[in-house]
Order: sequence, then C-alpha cells, then structure tokens
Amino acid sequence: MAGQAGSDIASLVSRNEATILPEWLELQKKAGTLHTGRISEGELQSQSKNFLHLLRDALAQGGSDVSNGAYEPAKAMLAELSRSRASQGFSPSETASFVFSLKQPLFNALNRDKSLSGEQIASTIWTTTVLLDELGLFTLEIFQKSREEVIIRQQREIAELSTPVVKLWDGILALPLIGTLDSQRTQVVMENLLQTIVDVEAEIAIIDITGVPMVDTLTAQHLLKTVAAARLMGADCLISGIRPQIAQTMVHLGVELNVISKSSLADAFAVALRQTGRAVVKTKRIDGAAVPDKKIGRQEA
Amino acid sequence: MPTTKTERLDIKASDDVVRVRQLTRAYALEVGLSLVDQTKVITASSELARNTLDYGGGGEVTVELVEQGGRRGVRLTFDDKGPGIVDIEQALKDGFTSGKGMGLGLGGAKRLCNDFSIASKPGEGTKVMIARWK
Ligand SMILES: Nc1ncnc2c1ncn2[C@@H]1O[C@H](COP(=O)(O)OP(=O)(O)O)[C@@H](O)[C@H]1O
Ligand SMILES: [Mg+2]
Repeated sequence: MAGQAGSDIASLVSRNEATILPEWLELQKKAGTLHTGRISEGELQSQSKNFLHLLRDALAQGGSDVSNGAYEPAKAMLAELSRSRASQGFSPSETASFVFSLKQPLFNALNRDKSLSGEQIASTIWTTTVLLDELGLFTLEIFQKSREEVIIRQQREIAELSTPVVKLWDGILALPLIGTLDSQRTQVVMENLLQTIVDVEAEIAIIDITGVPMVDTLTAQHLLKTVAAARLMGADCLISGIRPQIAQTMVHLGVELNVISKSSLADAFAVALRQTGRAVVKTKRIDGAAVPDKKIGRQEA
Repeated sequence: MPTTKTERLDIKASDDVVRVRQLTRAYALEVGLSLVDQTKVITASSELARNTLDYGGGGEVTVELVEQGGRRGVRLTFDDKGPGIVDIEQALKDGFTSGKGMGLGLGGAKRLCNDFSIASKPGEGTKVMIARWK
C-alpha cells in the first residue's frame, strides 16, 4: 500500500517537475527565505532542485517510510541545509518552511493529474502530508541541535574573550573580570592569568571585579584559589573594584579575601607601581613638550 | 501572609543557578529593595540554589512577592528530595562543609536575610525558606 503510494508520488514528481519546482520556489520566496540576503536565489534554486530529486528517488525506492534507508541521502541533505541555516541566523520556521512549503505544489500537481482516481488522490494527499510532516520535524530537530551547538561554542568563545589579561606596565598585569564567575569560565581565567604571569615574569597582578555583579562563596573561593596559585608563580595579587554593596555582603557571608584591595583599578595601579619602586609624577606642558613639574623637579634634584 | 506574585523554577543544572539569581533580582527590584539589600538576597539565593543542586541532587525554588502589615518583601523557598541534613546545627556552623565548599553558604544566607527557616529529614529532603523585607 504505502509502497504503491510512494511510487505514485515519485512518478507524479517526475512528470510534473517543470511546474512543481517554480511553484515551490515562488512559495519559498513569499515566505521570505531570500529577504535577508542570507542565501542567493541561485543557491535556493539548486537546493530545491536537489532535494526534489533526492525525495523522488527515496519515494521510488523506499516508499513513504522515512525510516527506510533509501531516505538517507534526502535526510543528509536536509540536515546539512538545517545546520547551515541555523548558523546563518534563519529562524526555526523559516528553516522548516523549506519542507512544508513543498506540500502546496505537490497537491496542485495531484489535483491537475488526470490519470489518478479521486480515491487515489485522497490517499496520496494523506501519504504526502504525513511524509512531509515527518521530514519537516526532522529538519527542525537538526536545527534545534545545531543551534544548541552554536550556543555552546559561543559560550566557550565568550569565556575566553571576556578574560583578557592586560599588561599595564613592566611586571604589572591587570585582569578585568566581567560577569559572574561560573566554574567553567573561572578555569579559563585562572589559566590565562597564570600563563601570562609566567610569560611576562609579572610581579603584580591586579584582579579588577568592577564588572562582577555578585560575589558568593563559590566566586570567593575561585578568587582565593587564583590568588594562591599566582603567589606560587611568584606574583602578588591586588583586588580592585569591590563595590560597596558587594563588600557589605561579603562581610555578612563571612568571606575574607586576605589580599590588598582598592576601590578602583587606578588606586590599585598606584599601589602596584609603588611596590615595584616606581611613582607617577605630574608634569606641566611647556611649548608642547612635557617636562616635570618644577616642584617635583626640585625634589628629585 | 498574602502572596501577590509567585514563580517556580527547576534547579537541575548550573545554568539554573544563574536563572534563580536573575529571578530573585527581578523580584527584589519590584519590591523596591535598596541596592545593598538586593545584593544580599541575590547572594543568599545563589548560595541556596547551589546547595539544592550540589547536595540536594537538584530541586526547585518558589519565588514570591509577599506583603504583611503594609510591608513588601521577597520570599524564596528551596525544596529538594535529596539526602537531607542529619545535623542542621552543624550544617549552619561557619566553616562546616561535607563537600569542597567554604562552609559559609547556609550561615551566610541566614545572616543576609530577615527571615530564615530550614526543615530537613534524612532520606526525605530539605526545605529552606528565606525572606528579605523592604
Ligand atoms: N539541600 C541540602 N541537602 C543536603 N545537605 C545540605 C543541603 N544544603 C546544605 N547541606 C549541607 O550543609 C553543609 C553546609 O552548607 P554550606 O554552608 O552551604 O557550605 P558548603 O556549600 O560550602 O558546603 C553542606 O556541606 C552540606 O553537607
Ligand atoms: Mg553552599
């Protein structure tokens, strides 16, 4: 039965490709597939033609059972299309409409076909509906999976991107932290900082938490571990940017960081300079050239 | 005590802890808590959500906007069906941990809030309630 319906649809597709394809393309364009310019008309044409052929072959060989091995090439193509649309930023419905919009042209072809009886048409419509629904859902599933993969990849990238170690001066590093320190990101932060301490032979690392909205005991523990590990690599840590509300909360929690902390990165930098035997002096500009302030100049003399 | 608004969240993975904090922040803002009090209750929610996940094997939280005698507050109830706590007094002690934590979460959450209550039965689960009032 199903096998018969499958080959009926296959031959219907073969006989009517010349009308099915343009109708289908028209519907896809109407659904806005080309609007954002993410894929070209030529691409859409070749994707559609390609899929129609794969579907026809699958129907001829495997009937209307999408779990039949004959459907593998068609499914592989849908999976590929789904993945690339997910990464191009298509919405789920824009992606699934590729398959669902094929229903209408197929039904039109069926209704125009004079060789089929009314009963045959009815059963073929039903078979086509079930088949395309299954393939559409398959497309959505793959879409969902690849979106999740994209999100996981982006999370990892953000974790690395948002933890840059900045060199402020010879031997002085700063680590501006932004966001909450969940454990996966903290690992990256710690490794980055320690590696840079070794690379530049840093003496002092300033961990700036101005951009950290909350410090709970897990975050505090991560900070403490980072400080301890930095010490083992020969660098002292300073913490800057603890906001007043966070400081108060930490007192109630009962966590102590046991490191020098300053309210701003600038203050912490001044401490770091002093600890490494340097100072920042104010200069006056004369004729466009910067020279030390007179008073300071005299002191230094 | 009348509840004017309520929401429930599952706590099953690390991401959910983030969601609990965000929901707590939204409610704390609606209550009109000061920045310091917001930070306190958000931090407490983070501690308890992580305990629910790490020790309770996952569970849920109910966040409520509550009113009493003209005062508004945010109340959170964490509920799990985990192993429970045999010695609650010990669990509340600063520095006690049965895992690898700092042992400051439960005691800290109590100090950060106006109301705190805990009920636990070994083998049945744990329920912790906190509230912060404006
Ligand atoms: N929901 C829970 N279920 C079972 N045990 C818990 C739960 N919450 C806390 N505990 C116990 O109480 C101890 C102290 O908790 P806490 O003060 O948050 O410190 P930490 O999380 O650092 O261990 C935990 O180590 C654990 O043994
Ligand atoms: Mg804890």
